[in-house]
Amino acid sequence: MTMKTIAIIGAGPAGMEASGSLARLGYHVVLIEKEATVGGHLKNLFQLFPDRRPGKEILTHLVQTIKHPGIQIKVNSEVSEVQKLDNSFALKINEETMNADAVLVTTGFDLYDATEKEEYGYGIYPNVITSADLEQMFHNGKVVTEEGKTPKRVAFIHCVGSRDEKAGNNYCSKVCCVTAVKQAIEIKELLPETEVFCYYMDIRMFGPYYEELYREAQEKWGVMFIRGKLSEASQNMDGSILMKAEDTLAGKPLRMNTDLMVLMAGMVPSASSKKVAQQFKMEEGQNRFFKSADNHYRYNESQQMGVFIAGACVAPMNITDTIANARAAAVKIDEYLKN
Amino acid sequence: MNSQNPLHTESRWRKYQKEIADDHYYYARSCIRQNFFPGSERAFLKIMREELNKDIFDDPRHTTCTGIAYHSDIVPQETTSTVIARHFALMTEMGYQNLAISCVTSFGLYTELLETWKHFPEEETKIHEMLWKATKREFVKPKNLAHSSDIFFHNREQIAAKSQFNLINQKTGESLKVVEHIGCHYAKIFPEKGVGGAEFPYVLAGMVESWGGNVVDYPERRHCCGFGFRNYLVMANRGYSVANSKKKFESMKPYEPDFIVANCPGCSMFMDRWQYTIAEMEGTTYGKNGYGIPVLTYEEMAGLVLGYNPWDLGLQMHQVSVEPLLDKMGIPYNPDEKYKVKRNVALPLKPEILMV
Repeated sequence: MTMKTIAIIGAGPAGMEASGSLARLGYHVVLIEKEATVGGHLKNLFQLFPDRRPGKEILTHLVQTIKHPGIQIKVNSEVSEVQKLDNSFALKINEETMNADAVLVTTGFDLYDATEKEEYGYGIYPNVITSADLEQMFHNGKVVTEEGKTPKRVAFIHCVGSRDEKAGNNYCSKVCCVTAVKQAIEIKELLPETEVFCYYMDIRMFGPYYEELYREAQEKWGVMFIRGKLSEASQNMDGSILMKAEDTLAGKPLRMNTDLMVLMAGMVPSASSKKVAQQFKMEEGQNRFFKSADNHYRYNESQQMGVFIAGACVAPMNITDTIANARAAAVKIDEYLKN
Repeated sequence: MNSQNPLHTESRWRKYQKEIADDHYYYARSCIRQNFFPGSERAFLKIMREELNKDIFDDPRHTTCTGIAYHSDIVPQETTSTVIARHFALMTEMGYQNLAISCVTSFGLYTELLETWKHFPEEETKIHEMLWKATKREFVKPKNLAHSSDIFFHNREQIAAKSQFNLINQKTGESLKVVEHIGCHYAKIFPEKGVGGAEFPYVLAGMVESWGGNVVDYPERRHCCGFGFRNYLVMANRGYSVANSKKKFESMKPYEPDFIVANCPGCSMFMDRWQYTIAEMEGTTYGKNGYGIPVLTYEEMAGLVLGYNPWDLGLQMHQVSVEPLLDKMGIPYNPDEKYKVKRNVALPLKPEILMV
């Protein structure tokens, strides 16, 4: 019997984990990545929540997973054409055509473009940064303001582009709350004298040990949580940021100066997902992520026969759930190809 | 990223590029500007006709849009809509399709009405009937709706090409530091209808930059001037109105702005007059040596750039003295002619605290 081939589009954590699982099940996997290296957003994460494990450690593990003779990795590659055949797909990649018996789409997410929230001043005021920018600072081992000073105060703004009707994103991006808590603790560890504030709508600690991390942030590190949304930010003469917000528990508007303001940018469907959706004629849900064939029983199946979905291209997801979801997709693909 | 330029992405800028008609406008005057800053609209028409060679029709039959009464809950929406529909009818009768609106409140209200009709066409049908019953007039909606500051923005380079003076301190050679204040109803209601959007409007900033000045980005830049209709019209609320202006002055003061320019009749009025009020109430002044920060309308700013006589522009009607600004720009003026009037009437006494 000829070995069946599965094309996996996107070599982030979901694509990498599914590749390993399917290769171990005896399939030939072609892992397609548009960037020069594999790893997706995981490459940019300094530490993961809730256990503060270095992101690099998980990445190293996943890289080991895809070192398998059954996996062919194609970086700097994108699917340019798709042709549906009887029981397979002909995919054109880098001017070469391959045949895939099944396709797994793991195109992940893009970070919400925080410049869309113009009133927060990202891209205008240098001391307004995103959580991704801060993660990069942690990588560099130095958190400083644009002026090169140690921030005396840092404020995190939750739900930037998530649960925001005006931004067109009604969904919760799930990971931002706990990321803010993790990053708040990292700031306190690095800069114990720095005051840290989190402005939130609700604190959504959905995963195991997340609540504990939230408690630790308050009890051990003195991170202050204010329930209220930022209305606007402006720059003071010294480059610090003047925040206008509302403390909804105290029922009062407030103004606060901060040296660094961190926007917890949410997840949006990736540009690659949009492209793949058109190529494979896949349906999007109301939230613009891929629509599953069934939310409970066929979560990893798209509306198209033979096209599967996994990870954050289906819904906002953390790394743990992404890996579990990728394995579930591998099992579904195995069942599909065997029947 | 992290540029000080508010137009940080091309895509965002394109999103807030509104269409501004190039010629043939029907002019809708403001009720209050003609009293507060009587030279402004006259200067606008002169610049449009004589400097830019544009066709603009100034109609004596045009009335209030009822904006102030509408926002004070005195006039119902149907009445306001019918009054505005009459203006559309007058424009239609004169053969014009492009409306140039002097007042920011009117601009917001006209825009609101057109947007309402887009979503509720039955409302438009109703207003057609109401206008017909009241006046036997028919109207066609304007093809292009622009605030008159939009039109100067559109022609800012042509004005720059004819400039006699720049927004530059002639003694130091440095660009003047300019606070630009945009009326709330210009873009805060419909951001895509204002040049640059609601958060970082570019309509006045564009003029300032084209004419040599630098815009001051101070923390309370977007804060309301405090006019807010009810805040001012209800006497008991006036303290709130002053407090808002004060918040802005305190915020801009450390940047030592050379002047404020506004595109809204109410904002220009209150940012100018409240400086006197605050000086009287608290003894606080915000300019140097006891002077205030001069407040110009954009037409006055354009007029100065084009070399018009400051007193022809009506700058003597300002509460805050403009002479320090004229001196910086190197604009000649005759102090003796400042309050020269045809009739032999007594002038008001000089204030004791705010220098004039």
